[in-house]
Amino acid sequence: MSEHTVDWTRATAARMADALAAGEVTSVELVQAHLDRIAAVDGPVHAFLHIDAEGALETARAVDADRAAGKELPRLAGVPIGIKDVLVTKGLPTTAGSRILEGWIPPYDATVTRRVREARMPILGKTNMDEFAMGSSTEHSGYGPTCNPWDLERIPGGSGGGSAAALAAFEAPLTIGSDTGGSIRQPASVTATVGVKPTYGGVSRFGAIALASSLDQLGPCGRTVLDTALLHEVMGGHDEMDATSLNEPVPACVDAALEGAQMDLTGVKIGVVRELSGADGGYQAGVTQRFDESLERLKGMGAEIVEVSCPSFEYALAAYYVILPSEASSNLAKFDSVRFGLRVEKTTVEKTMLATRAEGFGDEVKRRIILGTYALSAGYYDAYYGSAQKVRTLVQRDFDAAFAQCDVLVSPTTPTTPFKIGERIDDPLAMYLNDIATIPANLAGIPGMSLPSGVAPEDGLPTGFQILAPAHEDARLYRIGAALEASLTAEWGGPLSAQAPELEVAE
Amino acid sequence: MTTMTYEQAMEEFDPVFGIEVHVELNTKTKMFCGCANEFGAEPNTQVCPVCLGLPGAMPVTNDKAVESAIRLGLALGCSIRESSRFARKNYFYPDLAKDYQISQYDEPTCYEGSLDVVLDDGTVVTIGIERAHMEEDAGKNTHVGGTGGIQGADYSLVDYNRGGVPLVEIVTKPITGMGARTAEVARAYVATIRDIVRALDISDGRMEQGSVRADVNLSLRPKAVAGESQDDVPFGKRSETKNVNSLRAIERAVHFEAARQASLLLGGQPVVQETRHWHEDTSSTTPGRSKEEAEDYRYFPEPDLLPVEPSREWVEELRSTIPEHPAKMRARLREEWGFSDLEMRDVVAADALILIAATVQAGTTAQAARKWWMGELSRVANDREVALTALPVTPDAIAELQGLIDEGKINDKLARQALEGVLAGEGSPAEVVASRGLEVVSDDSALEKAVDDALAAQPDVLAKIQDGKVQAAGAIVGAVMKATRGQADAGRVREIILQRAGVEG
Repeated sequence: MSEHTVDWTRATAARMADALAAGEVTSVELVQAHLDRIAAVDGPVHAFLHIDAEGALETARAVDADRAAGKELPRLAGVPIGIKDVLVTKGLPTTAGSRILEGWIPPYDATVTRRVREARMPILGKTNMDEFAMGSSTEHSGYGPTCNPWDLERIPGGSGGGSAAALAAFEAPLTIGSDTGGSIRQPASVTATVGVKPTYGGVSRFGAIALASSLDQLGPCGRTVLDTALLHEVMGGHDEMDATSLNEPVPACVDAALEGAQMDLTGVKIGVVRELSGADGGYQAGVTQRFDESLERLKGMGAEIVEVSCPSFEYALAAYYVILPSEASSNLAKFDSVRFGLRVEKTTVEKTMLATRAEGFGDEVKRRIILGTYALSAGYYDAYYGSAQKVRTLVQRDFDAAFAQCDVLVSPTTPTTPFKIGERIDDPLAMYLNDIATIPANLAGIPGMSLPSGVAPEDGLPTGFQILAPAHEDARLYRIGAALEASLTAEWGGPLSAQAPELEVAE
Repeated sequence: MTTMTYEQAMEEFDPVFGIEVHVELNTKTKMFCGCANEFGAEPNTQVCPVCLGLPGAMPVTNDKAVESAIRLGLALGCSIRESSRFARKNYFYPDLAKDYQISQYDEPTCYEGSLDVVLDDGTVVTIGIERAHMEEDAGKNTHVGGTGGIQGADYSLVDYNRGGVPLVEIVTKPITGMGARTAEVARAYVATIRDIVRALDISDGRMEQGSVRADVNLSLRPKAVAGESQDDVPFGKRSETKNVNSLRAIERAVHFEAARQASLLLGGQPVVQETRHWHEDTSSTTPGRSKEEAEDYRYFPEPDLLPVEPSREWVEELRSTIPEHPAKMRARLREEWGFSDLEMRDVVAADALILIAATVQAGTTAQAARKWWMGELSRVANDREVALTALPVTPDAIAELQGLIDEGKINDKLARQALEGVLAGEGSPAEVVASRGLEVVSDDSALEKAVDDALAAQPDVLAKIQDGKVQAAGAIVGAVMKATRGQADAGRVREIILQRAGVEG
């Protein structure tokens, strides 16, 4: 009675794809298993804002029928997926975590949504996020926070806490995230999952509700490096609907992950960024410890470790919090009640716009709109936006200089393990500091990955390891990441995610 | 308060003006999406997630619009920037789908040009061009109830069909020293821009449909006193009159604003720097929002678009496609065609210049081409209430039609019938002549039979002719023409009649 012994929700996406191809399992069974799991645990976890059971099953049935008919199918056909609510999905509610978009049903698909559909992956639903991706804890969702499956009292990171928690809670094998300053990598770090921010332009942004257009990038989230690579190849590639989309082939992520799993890093030079390593303090001891151990493992596989310095990273956070709100203040102007979403009727269109925005946006969104509006206003532009762009150039130069000395850069993904829900909600600066190590990559447009490095001895909570590569060299992340993952899981006896405490299952 | 006339104002003050012209490009699709760029469709039928500003949508620049903008810039003698950026102009308004307009700000694609404008008396004035930049149009609001403005309306409707239509905005440098000719120069400048965009075929150039729109900036300053240079006298406060949408209105707006400002200044009152609305019905302006409390548009580079970076080779290739300056072309063609000044003025006023030129190019004489376009075709266009250029007939077809007349295959009357068929979409002139059987009957035996039948029907006519009353033959010619449904060669019919009567013609 194998169906009673195999819990498919625990499998990797790669294993699911193989099992589907071999006829061990059907897509309907996989989808149903995940829907059951969502029903059992998502009450307290709250990773999903919307579940599309019927749509997912319909895709699954069609895939099963085509497979039975012997048709050729994409590699991940039939493997279910969750999509961050920042991506528009035709016919499925899309809110970007904001009340201002409550009830809006997009009339079109994002390019990545379309690619997921073309890959024949059943879409389980839309995952929770900080409102308009503004936050590092998912506490700023207009629909209530997502909880970390490792400890329901703790944050799952943000803004993509829903996408990360869904993976950690085994509600989905793969999810899509968006990363403007760390919104894929930081949640991955605190939930012991894998998340990748591709090179800027590597994945089309068309249909991703914009936060900060020059920083936003969509990316894959999974429980293993290989799974993430598989999804990356589905999502990536040129799109003529996005003028900033790179016109070059999708990086060979899967091949790189398979190569990395051979655990031979001979000739690879790995740079430790002094400014991001916690050497100057401020990082939790267990985070630093797991990071250092990971470095030893990489060295053990033949890599050479060098230290590099990126002095202008000191200003990165400040520059980021000028550029992001500036662009966001403009991107969020369209939420004016005229064409879609919430409308709070008043006597004039001006009053209606004001009342709608006052009611529809949450505090963090308002805070950043105000900051951005101020930074762009006449007389302040040069001092704020102009200076921030200069810092951005300096950060890019620091990266260029660093990559001249090594193939990839590494750091802990976040300074701490997940903090408690509510702990930093009233302290925006403390919240912003969470992203100190992830933000530079967005400013420079380079790719980055976070993968689990273990749990901190002092609190038993996940720590993350960040790898950064030069622009266009996303494949390097997968090679180095897969090597480290193989080394760690050999010791752990399986993925770290399997060590998460069992969640209470609702009847 | 004293009320001045324009002429008085010009005697008292030195006018300074500048004009911003918005040209709607005639690209097939909009500036940043694939929606059709067509005037007059049902509201909100030419829209998509991009031009509706739906969450997640992103713009992609229309290369053809960039090409048109560069060609216009070259025609205006502008330099073309090697790398220019789009910027966001942020302001809230219901017709602005994204609540920002994608425009160009500190890096316009075309800058620093100049344009010669020829006045009616042949005077040439050179206008400095500050810049010509690309931007997208907004949608169109209709305010229902109240005074027709957004304030106090019962409700407002928005049509986003126009939202995202590509525009080029041409901004002049301040124009000084025109004195009493200011209004005339302003009008001639806009007329020249209109002619250029038509000659470039980058816009319909129809002011009445808003495809060319002008904002007129005007200020007055004291005249220089003895020993002082006028250039040293600082500019006065200016008003900007928006959306002046006909050549006549340009002139009138300058008249009104100059008189209004002069009256204020002489009455010791200040001119307020502000935008003003133009009212066609009363030929006057009223204040819009004050520029002093103008919105801060918070411009910043559009992060969703890459810079516009036309290669030198491409720009030079485009330069080779720039047509002759319209005024120079008019002078040359008038000479070549031998038209009188009056004839030429009528042709230009009827928008027939390019059509006649193309018809001549296709092998017809200038006078024949003029006869068609200014005669029958103008009449049809007038009946149908469309522009000549909008008639479903090409200059080549008109040349073909005239060719059929010149070959004697049809006469003028048949040609008009053939044209009717062409306009009805029945095919080329030759095809219509064939399908409708319009060819002149030149077969003598058929004509002789028709003449004999007509003479038999009116036996007294033959006697009259033989008595020397040759003009009586007209009745028989008429009868024959009727019998042949106009397809007989009337001259030949007359010859046959006279032969039958034994009279020499």
